[in-house]
Amino acid sequence: MAWAKKILRVNLTDGSIASEPLNMEWAQAYLGQRGLATRYLVEEVDPKCDPLGADNKVIMATGPLTGTMASTGGRYSVITKSPLTGTVACSNSGGFIGAEMKMAGWDMIIFEGKAASPVYLHVENDNAKLLPADQLWGKSVWETDELIHKIHQDPQIRIACIGRAAEAGCLYSAVINDLHRAAGRSGVGAVLASKNLKAVAVRGTLGVGNIKDPKRFMQSTGEQKQVLAENAVTGQGLPAFGTQVLMNVINEIGAMPTRNMREVKFEGAHKISAEAMAEPRKSDSKPNLTTNAGCFACTIACGRISTIDKGHFSVENKPQYWGNSGGLEYEAAWALGSDTGIDDLDALTYANFLCNEDGFDPISFGATVAAAMEMFEQGVITTEDTGGIEFKFGSAEALCKAAEITAAGEGFGKDLGMGSKRMCEKYGRPELSMTVKGQEFPAYDPRGIQGMGLTYATSNRGACHLRSYTVASEVLGIPEKTDPLATEGKPGLVKAFQDATAAFDSSGLCIFTSFAWTLDNVAPQLDASCEGDWTAERLVEVGERIWNLERDFNNKAGFTAKDDTLPKRFFTEPANTGPAEGKVSGVEQMLPEYYDLRGWTPDGEVTTQTRDRLDLPS
Amino acid sequence: MKITLKLYATLGDYLPANAFENTASIDVDGSVTPNTLIDKYRVPRELAHLVLINGVYCAQPERDSAVLKEGDTLAIWPPVAGG
Repeated sequence: MAWAKKILRVNLTDGSIASEPLNMEWAQAYLGQRGLATRYLVEEVDPKCDPLGADNKVIMATGPLTGTMASTGGRYSVITKSPLTGTVACSNSGGFIGAEMKMAGWDMIIFEGKAASPVYLHVENDNAKLLPADQLWGKSVWETDELIHKIHQDPQIRIACIGRAAEAGCLYSAVINDLHRAAGRSGVGAVLASKNLKAVAVRGTLGVGNIKDPKRFMQSTGEQKQVLAENAVTGQGLPAFGTQVLMNVINEIGAMPTRNMREVKFEGAHKISAEAMAEPRKSDSKPNLTTNAGCFACTIACGRISTIDKGHFSVENKPQYWGNSGGLEYEAAWALGSDTGIDDLDALTYANFLCNEDGFDPISFGATVAAAMEMFEQGVITTEDTGGIEFKFGSAEALCKAAEITAAGEGFGKDLGMGSKRMCEKYGRPELSMTVKGQEFPAYDPRGIQGMGLTYATSNRGACHLRSYTVASEVLGIPEKTDPLATEGKPGLVKAFQDATAAFDSSGLCIFTSFAWTLDNVAPQLDASCEGDWTAERLVEVGERIWNLERDFNNKAGFTAKDDTLPKRFFTEPANTGPAEGKVSGVEQMLPEYYDLRGWTPDGEVTTQTRDRLDLPS
Repeated sequence: MKITLKLYATLGDYLPANAFENTASIDVDGSVTPNTLIDKYRVPRELAHLVLINGVYCAQPERDSAVLKEGDTLAIWPPVAGG
């Protein structure tokens, strides 16, 4: 079974809390986590609702393998309608709280309505209570985590919460769990804030013992851990260097978005790379990277734990930042660094600490700062708008100050908290926002990696690399090498990655296992633990069903083919150097074939035939 | 002629002593291919996973035949990935 088969439904308006059985018919069709929670969202939430209104719901969901001994089986997701994009949102996080939820006996928690005053949910196995959070409101994630542990006098409680950024209305605010793991993208934190929900604190002691065939499950998970251990990427590369090893790779191939994505190579890339993080600093002889870290049940351990030089300007006289904490992943380092033209590793680390401390997405934040810097350079905004901050590309001081005011929602931080789309619109320069459907781009230039252009344009949550990471194939040769500059074959590649990723994201496993595993490695673990016959083919079908369900929600919210595009820059400003020099994105040539492969109309609508084939709800 | 050699991640250990930021300027004589330099610097061939000449991927079968030119950059990584 693996599923706990129970949902906790929390009505914040009237304070009622109820247990209800998990819809097992839907579990067989949508697996868990991303897929299954989206099925509930589609059933219960009007796609046209105000994302920050009481009618929106927010679901915290685990997968069937969450909390089990399967490697990386600690994932959970936050599913809602995004205030940043207006699309469906699903933000996936590691850490430990997902497993704790499962061990408390819950597959998912559905929050509905809006509390009259700040509350937090405390769950201890079957016992769930809404408690006042007035004393937590206004506190950072890190303060909230400490206070809740003190209130309950239990060091083993796992906590997911919002920080000050969400309370201040930051539209890319995150839900942070276990201090520095994040359901980071699409502004899911702002939805919690809109409901006056500060935190979810969970303690589970029931274990996850409901495995269909425990002996076969132990054997299967053991075999698949061996695959991860023997694979050079998951066994050696990721634990040693983390995702940050990509900094020099992507720069070398000329697909490193730089200075608000005007350029495709960053001269300071090495200074903010994995290799630089491991080098002792000249100033204090210590490296930025302290150690690696793993989430629940993970045998990869790609996480970065970093320390900032105490003498660095960003933390001078701020001893609260002298200890080690969650360090830079590639996406954060790119957005905070290359996209802003800043090569000061400790400054980026400080900004990243603040993103964790007060709960906001470093990708969207860094990209929004980059857009502000381009507007500042062009004289569209001045120090009068920014509260005196010189928003110059390359200014580490500006980045650190920007992080502080965004965290607190003060002054120009309010504008930065809108995200780049709304901020650039406010100042009359919407074309300077590097977003799709209102969500900021991640770290791969679509002129230099053509498949990623189609990935961004069609992602169901706005620009995102984690919906179909074709970089694996186009750059890294996983599972096989394709030409990053070619558009031929990319619609099929993108669709295959999208469907497989949706299945991974619904299982409770981490997508990083896919550098060593395919769905052929996932299926036996599901089949040994869950009711039903689980094969790789069935998982692909489930993934395709989930993708179409999300698309259908977005269609009903008003999104059509016209929204499946990229900012003008990628069609009118060719890459200025490197292998892609002279190239623009070919996304417009790829889209018709993509729609055709998907079984959608030329306007990007899910057809009746596709709906029937996948048995989607009407 | 001068070639720029870049060895990253765990391959950094194989760089010559004059390397800075994982990059070394090297002098080579005659016709050299990626595998010539991979062997010269004792990089285990099985670890030379991602091989780029001026940012463009050089596939395994071409590493004995692709001839490097003056000013070319050869960059090499072991199997890596991120996200």
